[in-house]
Amino acid sequence: MSSRAAATARIVQQNSIIVLIALLVALAGLIEVIRPGAVNANWVSNILEFAAPLGILAAGQTLVVITGGIDLSVANVATAAAYIMASQAPFGVTRGIVAGLLVGVVVGLVNGVGVAVFRVQPLIMTLAMGLVVTGTLNVYSQAAVRSVPGVPAVIHTLGSGTVLEYVPVSLFLWAVLAAVLIIGLRGTGFGRLLYALGDNQEATRLAGVRGWQVLLTNYMACGLLSAVAGIVLAGTVNAADLSLANILLLPSVAAVVIGGTSIFGGSGSYSGTAVGALILTVLNSVLTLLDVPDAVKQVLYGAIIVLLAAAYTRVLGRD
Amino acid sequence: MAAAPNDDSLTDSGSLLEASGLAKHFGPVVALRSADLRVRGGEIHALMGANGAGKSTLVKILTGALTADGGTIRLGGRARTFRSTSEARKAGLICVYQDPSLLPDLTVLQNLILTATPISSFRRYLADLGLGGFDLSTMPRELARPTLSLLDLARALAIEPQLLLLDEITASLPADLTSRVFSVARQLRAEGRSVIFISHRLAEVSALCDRATVLRDGKTVGVVEPAQGGEERIVKLMLGPVAEEVAAEAASPSTPATGAVAVEVRDLKAGTLNGVSFTLRFGEVLGVAALEGQGEKELFDCMAGVRRPESGQILVGGKARSFGHPADAIRAGLVLIPADRLQALLRQRSVRENIALPFVNRIARWGPINPRREKRRVATAVKRLQIDTRVTSEVRRLSGGNQQKVGIARWLAGGFKTLLCFDPTRGIDIGTKRQIYGLVKELAANGSAVLLFTSELPEIQLACNRVIVLFGGELVDEMPASDADERALLRAAHGLPSEEGE
Amino acid sequence: MATAAAAAPRTSGIRFGRAARRYGWTIAVYALFAVLMVVTLIIKPDYGAFEWNTLTLAALPLAFAATAQTIVVLSGGIDLSVGPLMALANVLALRAMLGHDLGYSLIVALIVLLEVTLAGALNGAIIVLTRVPDIVITLATSFIWAGLALLVLAKPTPGVPFDFQNLAQGSTLSAWIPNALLLLLVIPLVWIPLRRSRAGLAIYAVGSDRNAAFRSGVNLGLSRVLAYAVGGFFAACGGLALSMTTGVGSPLAGTYYTLSGVSAIVLGGVSLAGGRGGMLGPVAAAYILSLIPAVLIYLGIDPNYGQMIQGVLIVIVVMIGGLGVVLRRA
Repeated sequence: MSSRAAATARIVQQNSIIVLIALLVALAGLIEVIRPGAVNANWVSNILEFAAPLGILAAGQTLVVITGGIDLSVANVATAAAYIMASQAPFGVTRGIVAGLLVGVVVGLVNGVGVAVFRVQPLIMTLAMGLVVTGTLNVYSQAAVRSVPGVPAVIHTLGSGTVLEYVPVSLFLWAVLAAVLIIGLRGTGFGRLLYALGDNQEATRLAGVRGWQVLLTNYMACGLLSAVAGIVLAGTVNAADLSLANILLLPSVAAVVIGGTSIFGGSGSYSGTAVGALILTVLNSVLTLLDVPDAVKQVLYGAIIVLLAAAYTRVLGRD
Repeated sequence: MAAAPNDDSLTDSGSLLEASGLAKHFGPVVALRSADLRVRGGEIHALMGANGAGKSTLVKILTGALTADGGTIRLGGRARTFRSTSEARKAGLICVYQDPSLLPDLTVLQNLILTATPISSFRRYLADLGLGGFDLSTMPRELARPTLSLLDLARALAIEPQLLLLDEITASLPADLTSRVFSVARQLRAEGRSVIFISHRLAEVSALCDRATVLRDGKTVGVVEPAQGGEERIVKLMLGPVAEEVAAEAASPSTPATGAVAVEVRDLKAGTLNGVSFTLRFGEVLGVAALEGQGEKELFDCMAGVRRPESGQILVGGKARSFGHPADAIRAGLVLIPADRLQALLRQRSVRENIALPFVNRIARWGPINPRREKRRVATAVKRLQIDTRVTSEVRRLSGGNQQKVGIARWLAGGFKTLLCFDPTRGIDIGTKRQIYGLVKELAANGSAVLLFTSELPEIQLACNRVIVLFGGELVDEMPASDADERALLRAAHGLPSEEGE
Repeated sequence: MATAAAAAPRTSGIRFGRAARRYGWTIAVYALFAVLMVVTLIIKPDYGAFEWNTLTLAALPLAFAATAQTIVVLSGGIDLSVGPLMALANVLALRAMLGHDLGYSLIVALIVLLEVTLAGALNGAIIVLTRVPDIVITLATSFIWAGLALLVLAKPTPGVPFDFQNLAQGSTLSAWIPNALLLLLVIPLVWIPLRRSRAGLAIYAVGSDRNAAFRSGVNLGLSRVLAYAVGGFFAACGGLALSMTTGVGSPLAGTYYTLSGVSAIVLGGVSLAGGRGGMLGPVAAAYILSLIPAVLIYLGIDPNYGQMIQGVLIVIVVMIGGLGVVLRRA
């Protein structure tokens, strides 16, 4: 890599979050140009409301991708958590929420055991667990639930309520989680170890770290965050059906990639992912405004991920 | 496919291969500064040099696996640049590497088809090498290393190369197979073809080669005829300034340490390592001298908890310990500096995070990091090692020497009792080497125990108080550093009296 | 000579051991399938040609999906867009075939094969040129192919010409040799010549050991693109198989086949690390995965258990595989 390219790389790397925010603002500007007056407090409120579940889902994904893995079961877990929360809520909302979160923890535990102890490739392990979760959920819904469960009022408020007219309630939850993640990744031993494992597992082992403990915990954290995202999403759309969050699997990975976290592991941040989730949500809003059919939206999503990933790889390069 | 074995136009011009001024760098690391190499037709030519001198880079450039940043290659008088190994192959240049390049998951026959190797010719050479009637449907995955080397060699020979490069092929061969390789090389020479032979073993070079080109720090420093008592010159050329350093150091003989026993190893067996016992004391640097593959790797791995021994004991402070994970060894105070720096480092992370990694290696330390305390500990280690960098920059942007210093600084900051240095100066410039050896001695003087393996035998005297020599997985000799000059070590490391012995 | 003799195993005993080591997993997969069939016959004594035909129809698209994934995985990659590629082939075929005769349909089929093969090659080319990991690229292109499929056909539409459907649905030779079984012959017809060629060996080579492949003169980039292209071809076969077996063009049919295809190759003994495995295992695995829901129905169990069982089966299989690695390391 030439020194100029290296310098560019460093600038982009240190300021990637600014580039991303600029992109976000540009997209909002585009909306304003297309439909003057569209960008108002109400619009911002809506964007934040819809970005929150994706942002939380992508938070778990970020944790796993930093370690060099990937979790393809996040969407299934989110769906299952929301469904089970809703179906258990009639016996008590707390019971419902705990049951939903438990789904995430248990699936995360199994994923973690597979990846960390049995050394199964994360892609395969989480793919298979996704199947197990969805299959089990289908069976559960047939056997135990008579009708599509409704979402309890508390969750509905959490997902789509607002404070001071414009500030979504879910934003508070998202902000707290984001703060914990951003600070935790930088300033705790556990965060350090995630980056270390993603960078070089062997080196981490030689430094005396028992990597399996870290990975296992991390997959559980990812499962828990996925469950939270599912519950929030159920509140946002005010429904908990059997395919609630499934469309969010690919966006959860896309938000991480757009946010600049290396899919090889070892670098990245949650702040990037959070902006990535916002960009995806705004992009969706732009495309909806332009009356772009869903099909074209998908094609564009795909193309954008390819371009961004290629750009990151080119600029940041792995020598 | 086969080129004519005798091409008079080549021998007329004197040189079959003329490489001059070849240079190559990888990022900040200069692998090759200016290498010259002239090989005559009908010659076996040795390429010598210490680790990191640039031999492998030169070989890769000659065979098209890498392209040079500068310099020229002339083959049979014509300037050539090879963009791929297959181009070099077509021109009659082929290399057999120490690690065989047969694909493990294809059968031998499929490997031949993949490389468009003539099968009858392959079989003939295989028979020459003593593997007549070999079953071609075998998969390399199922074969032993020496057999793979022979197969790889036969495959190279089968295309009837003009110039055959043998890169440390004898390192993994037992003596009887080595002699077969030699006779094949001599046969090529008799046919007017040429061989470039790379080996650490001086005895092999003087027995086989007509001339030797010596590289040091990426430069050609001389061409010698080893047969006529040139061995001494080769050694001198290879060592360069370090030889003088050794002489200077020898003036202040290091005294045998009398500290308490730090680690005792009893009858340790693992892989090649076949029952080794010794003690390591606090306050001493114990050298391990060995040619590659004599069990030294296994010894260090067992002591560092990287692998489990098959039998035997490691006693730390008089108590037998069983290390199932490096974490166990670290807790017992034994820490490893591996030869491959990148094996121990997080390339994308900052110097600080790399040094601070052991601080967080237990669940109890997963919580918040005290940044001020961490900064202070890291800064102390960085200062002590004179690591030349801003602490926040990525480790992958540092030079090799500075990377290795980061690897050591980690343990200075993290704390240890016994330092296990496995070839810590491989491919590092001489200035940094001196610093590292100086540090190692200083650590011992301050009461630590150090076990040091270096593949560069002359450097043993630079740092050690005492030396043990491994050969064939066994401890064959032990001497104070004052007696451990290169000649003595080389003899012992070759398992003399019988150099051919196993 | 001692080394040579040890290195060249010649006795039949060793040969047998070697065959068992090399093909053990494949044999086990077929044994598992046989056991499942026996169980099926016990559960459902009147299991006949009709049920067998149904099974071959269900397994056909999955077998192609598994084949497509196998080739890519052998080259050391992964293709998460296999399902959407199948869907794309499926809807392209329906759009062009609607209301035409067999001859016209066959020409359409050939064009669709070509188009989707190119789409697969594009996957590979993007991966090689951008050097972005295969997972990310094929995840992204899976959006693109799925979106294109939706553009071609907005919702599931019947209308695949009957003559074309009958290529898979009938039993021309004998009741127990349904056409859907015979169509599997496309796999060896393409695969065997490829495997024997240098290009095919190069695919194994890049997946097995990139460094050694490079030293052996293999063009790494080209071989990888070829693997993705052949993967695309088989995905197209899978899409056409969907057209034949269902008679419907469905833009959303894909997702299931990406996941199940990966499941089938894991169960079929293809190493996800690349370079090891063949086609026999994954095809049998496709049959096993298709048989499970049928068995559940025969047992009177909710077929929804099928997905769960499939997932659990994969988890167990990969954990056993992983355990082997862990034990070898220790």
